[in-house]
Amino acid sequence: MTLMPSADVVGDELFAAFARALRHAGIQVSGDRTQSFLRAVAHTGAGDRLSVYWSGRGTLCSSPDDIEVYDALFGAWFDARESLPRPRRPAVRTIQQAALEPLDGAEDRGDEQLLRTVSSDEEVLRHRDVASMSAAERRHLAALFAALRPTAPTRRSMRRRAYHRGEVDSRRTLRDQLRRAGEPAPLRRRARRPRARRVVLLVDVSGSMQPYADAVLRLGHVMTRCMPYVEVFTVGTRLTRVTSALRSRDVEAALLAAGAAVPDWSGGTRLGEVLRAFVDRWGQRGTARGAVVVIASDGWERGDPRMLGEQVARLQRLSHAVVWMNPHRGKAGYEPVQGGIAVAVPHLDALVAGHSLAAFDQLLKVVSDA
Amino acid sequence: MSASQSLAEQQGLGSAADVARRLRDTGYLADDGLATITYLAVVMQRPLLLEGEPGTGKTALAEALADLVGAPLIRLQCYEGIDSTQALYDWDFTGQILHLRTVEAVGGATDADALEESLYADRFLLDRPILRALRTSPAVLLVDEIDRADDEFEAFLLEVLSTHQVTIPEYGVVQAAVPPIVVLTSNRTRELHDALKRRCLYHWIDHPGLAREIQIVRTRLPEISARLAEQVTATVQRIRHNDDMLKPPGVAETLDWARALQALGREELDLETAGATLGAVLKYREDTDRVRDSLDRMLAG
Repeated sequence: MTLMPSADVVGDELFAAFARALRHAGIQVSGDRTQSFLRAVAHTGAGDRLSVYWSGRGTLCSSPDDIEVYDALFGAWFDARESLPRPRRPAVRTIQQAALEPLDGAEDRGDEQLLRTVSSDEEVLRHRDVASMSAAERRHLAALFAALRPTAPTRRSMRRRAYHRGEVDSRRTLRDQLRRAGEPAPLRRRARRPRARRVVLLVDVSGSMQPYADAVLRLGHVMTRCMPYVEVFTVGTRLTRVTSALRSRDVEAALLAAGAAVPDWSGGTRLGEVLRAFVDRWGQRGTARGAVVVIASDGWERGDPRMLGEQVARLQRLSHAVVWMNPHRGKAGYEPVQGGIAVAVPHLDALVAGHSLAAFDQLLKVVSDA
Repeated sequence: MSASQSLAEQQGLGSAADVARRLRDTGYLADDGLATITYLAVVMQRPLLLEGEPGTGKTALAEALADLVGAPLIRLQCYEGIDSTQALYDWDFTGQILHLRTVEAVGGATDADALEESLYADRFLLDRPILRALRTSPAVLLVDEIDRADDEFEAFLLEVLSTHQVTIPEYGVVQAAVPPIVVLTSNRTRELHDALKRRCLYHWIDHPGLAREIQIVRTRLPEISARLAEQVTATVQRIRHNDDMLKPPGVAETLDWARALQALGREELDLETAGATLGAVLKYREDTDRVRDSLDRMLAG
């Protein structure tokens, strides 16, 4: 490795600067991680490119998602600069913020527009500017969403707590008697402690869901803030996990981060395939096990609807309940007959509306009672 | 610090290459990345957090490390609802009561403080895996599938992971003479807390390539014929890279299959035997059906 200067101090500065660059690239590199990196390099030797690579990967990364960013930046940082043209950043394209559904006048829009299904073949990769809605609308909606108070669904856990009825808690009873110097004391009892279930929200961000996706993500943010175990994924032509982006307390910052993380806003839908990616990579390993899974989609499937049916069935076997939130469900005369939703309906525990804030409130009730 | 250097030194582990070589001697083939991280974990006294697909050898690494150091492997299998009395330590409550009664019976209690102190003595302290790992030196501590435990449980681990000690209110601080080598594994069913991750070295284990996997099979099963090892590994890799699989088979499954064929006395993998022993590789009916249909193509390559 020719770039490594011989003096240790200069080397340390180079490595520390690399760690800083990683932080700017979005990896959570804290000061102590940088320290570990420098110590690791001191152990493995700063002169060897591979050793530096593995030392950094082990100390600075903390998830498989980090590794991709790390690899790219490591190449750019430590390889000869001239041989590596800087990747040009794609111009950020912004689209106009979709108008949000007003509270009561939800049916104001023409149905044609609501039901339009843009299933473009090419994946529209673009970053959506979530901040481009008018300030008044933003304030209005934020206030309304903040009023939602979701409570998590519960289940009985393995842990127990002191309770006034249930099985006899021998340990506490004995301790109690010990405290009274062996005098008989009332029996103490214990019961299983209820525990919050995990809630998984899968948000369809394809073109046909465009008018709703933003509002549903806001709902996801409220859920992430108020329930202990929530996972949010966006589903379009690919699967993106936005849970960590939504964890920010500031809703606008959270949505901005989520918008930046999702590459396939308003693209087509391959609902079945992407659902399968979710079940394979996350659901089956544990994320969906015993959870309440909410799918927010209009059920327009461009691919093979049979695949969608199979995957919803798999989800249903894995999870505690599968709830489908369909914005069109709230319209008069709606029947779940479209290709996608029709095959999914037999495997659902509930099919609810999702077109207005009132409907969201209803959905939260269904989820917490599940 | 000096204690661990002596551990690395007394084991003759001076570089990542040493670790790779010594691991190979125990029958575990580690690539450069894993060897480097493992070396760092030993010399820096840092816990090693391993993530990766099931069956990529995360648990096996801890076993190999224990073998390498010649130390007992102390395993803590995590599960939902696990708490400190199952992972760290517990008091032998019945023993304490019995002790009290005995003292009472012989009428020997004169000093209440001394009596209470005698209740929280070493003999009533029950070791659970983590405390046992601290009191055994050297030791390899495996905290398996940490993501299965509740997230509150991670907090119990923080002290032991960063300072190699456990504080027991009634007893005092138990500090490891030689810090144990700690390996944590996770299947990523949930995100671990950053406080935990920060204290660890992180490594993501991928499935091995064809050549390395054949090597692994031949190292672990030396009696197997070269041809069978190659056939089995190539077929499993083809199944693994088939996108339709619900559960792609890992290296553990390759080894299982090879062992099954060995037990049947096969020298070669033919269509009939492969079909009959598919249960060693695939654990889902849907997967089995899908592979059975195209088995002839997979075997032919």
